[in-house]
Amino acid sequence: MIGIVIIVTLCIVAAFAPTLALHPFAEQDLMRSLERPLTPGHPLGTDVFGRDIYSRIVWGARVSLQVGLMVTSVSMAIGILIGCISGFYGGRVDLVLSNLINLVWGFPLILVALLFVTVIGPGLTGAMIATGLVIWSGFARIVRGEVLALRSREFVVAAQALGRGNLWIIFRHILPNIIGPVLVIASFTMAVAVIIETSLSFLGLGAQPPTPSWGSMLNEGRAVLYRAWWLATFPGIAIALLVLGFNLLGDGLRDVLDPRMRD
Amino acid sequence: MTRYLIHRSLFLLPMMLVISALVFVAMRMIPVDPAELVVGPYATAEQRELARQKLGLDKPIIAQYGIYLLNALQGDLGRSFKSGKEVTALIADTLPNTLLLGSVALTFAYLLAIPMGVLAAIRQNTLIDQGAMTIALIGISVPNFWLGLLLILTFAVGLRWLPATGSGTWAHLVLPSITLGLQYTAIVARMTRSSVLEVLRQDYVRALHAKGLERRKVVYVHALKNAVIPIISLMGLHISAVVGGSVIVETIFAWPGTGQLLINSIIGRDFPVVQAVLTLLGATVLLANLLADVLYTLADPRIKYSAHR
Repeated sequence: MIGIVIIVTLCIVAAFAPTLALHPFAEQDLMRSLERPLTPGHPLGTDVFGRDIYSRIVWGARVSLQVGLMVTSVSMAIGILIGCISGFYGGRVDLVLSNLINLVWGFPLILVALLFVTVIGPGLTGAMIATGLVIWSGFARIVRGEVLALRSREFVVAAQALGRGNLWIIFRHILPNIIGPVLVIASFTMAVAVIIETSLSFLGLGAQPPTPSWGSMLNEGRAVLYRAWWLATFPGIAIALLVLGFNLLGDGLRDVLDPRMRD
Repeated sequence: MTRYLIHRSLFLLPMMLVISALVFVAMRMIPVDPAELVVGPYATAEQRELARQKLGLDKPIIAQYGIYLLNALQGDLGRSFKSGKEVTALIADTLPNTLLLGSVALTFAYLLAIPMGVLAAIRQNTLIDQGAMTIALIGISVPNFWLGLLLILTFAVGLRWLPATGSGTWAHLVLPSITLGLQYTAIVARMTRSSVLEVLRQDYVRALHAKGLERRKVVYVHALKNAVIPIISLMGLHISAVVGGSVIVETIFAWPGTGQLLINSIIGRDFPVVQAVLTLLGATVLLANLLADVLYTLADPRIKYSAHR
């Protein structure tokens, strides 16, 4: 429940960012550089360029949720496709694909993302592509396992006996039965996607200035950590809240969909 | 067991080749001329061509990869575009620091997490359980780069107890190790709790209770021994995750490890270093996964049996 409240609140913040923000995210006022929190007009203070931290966090919600949604959608599509093919067709196809899934899954995502960013170049698009291309293995593992269990069930065998094609069986019988576990993984994946994107932005390899990514805001805060604690504090709280929200949502969904996991 | 180990180790070699080939091809796909990075933007076409020949870029890509592999087998990973130093020397300087940080972080994580998880399990549905699991959930949700900054703010800037950056003393290790290890503390604590709970419901544990054995002995001597098996399998994954996590933590704390070397090289487009470090970290991950398999096999005799069969 808490997870849903956090996610819905942050979605509202992202949707109404133009209304909720007090200033445009890139508006600079060098005369008001590093103003402390609770300064009139700047509830969370300002950064080195005099930009309003609160407004940038509000706009940043949009960036993080967009990245999370896009990356999760792309990785879900790749993961379901590879997981279905691997689990449904079995044999050599499964041998090759399951080894590929395990290879990608066993690797630290940030390293693979760094490899992609090195090739594609720094930037939000590069970070999104890099994250989407490495994160799919979580979906593929779960989908493969579920499909392996489902393909020998009576209703699938019956559909095959009736002469239905493989694609029809996958779309009509297999996919509707794996929606539950896929939703759980999707929630956790959103959390991981946000962490990878903010990590890349924190390292200066994701969103580039003046895009208000929470990760790049933390990176800017690191440079003036001794003088302005608020720059490294508030964007971090926003990231932790969003990630916590998706983790709680994932936990909740798993409890509902698989009551055995409750303990 | 020996046969199983040989089989797994033989599988390791082609996997390492695949990783080195993937990283090599990825580096060649970067839309930048490495020769220009070596001679600079104001070099003449001839100078650039000479650099290209010297780097072997005029040869077909398969030949380039073959030469790279042969040289790598002899310990020559090329030279840094930026500093001109041998990549092997750069890695030799930084790798021990990464290994030290990673091992201290994981030891801290497991030493804290296992008692925390056991305590939460034996006090299930109490305030202790809920408190421990809430801390664990927050630990999983707080990104390590933010945690690092918070620790610097509190213990280096505010209280002035510990140094914020650098290396050389044990005090320098404290904040980076906590930053790197806390996430795994959270994951292992959750895993330990559910694993202990599952074991405590087994018939043999009920039988031990019925025999009148002390509760402490049941939990710590009999239940924990079996509950620890899935936790061991996590250890291999955590070693590889720590390899990834060190990239960020070393950057925050200016810890002179391979992670920081990698980030500086990516930003500085020092591709020979990026290629070597990514391949090395990839190989470390494969070794960590093998270690996990071996530990798992040693811990669970049923796996040993099926491996023999």
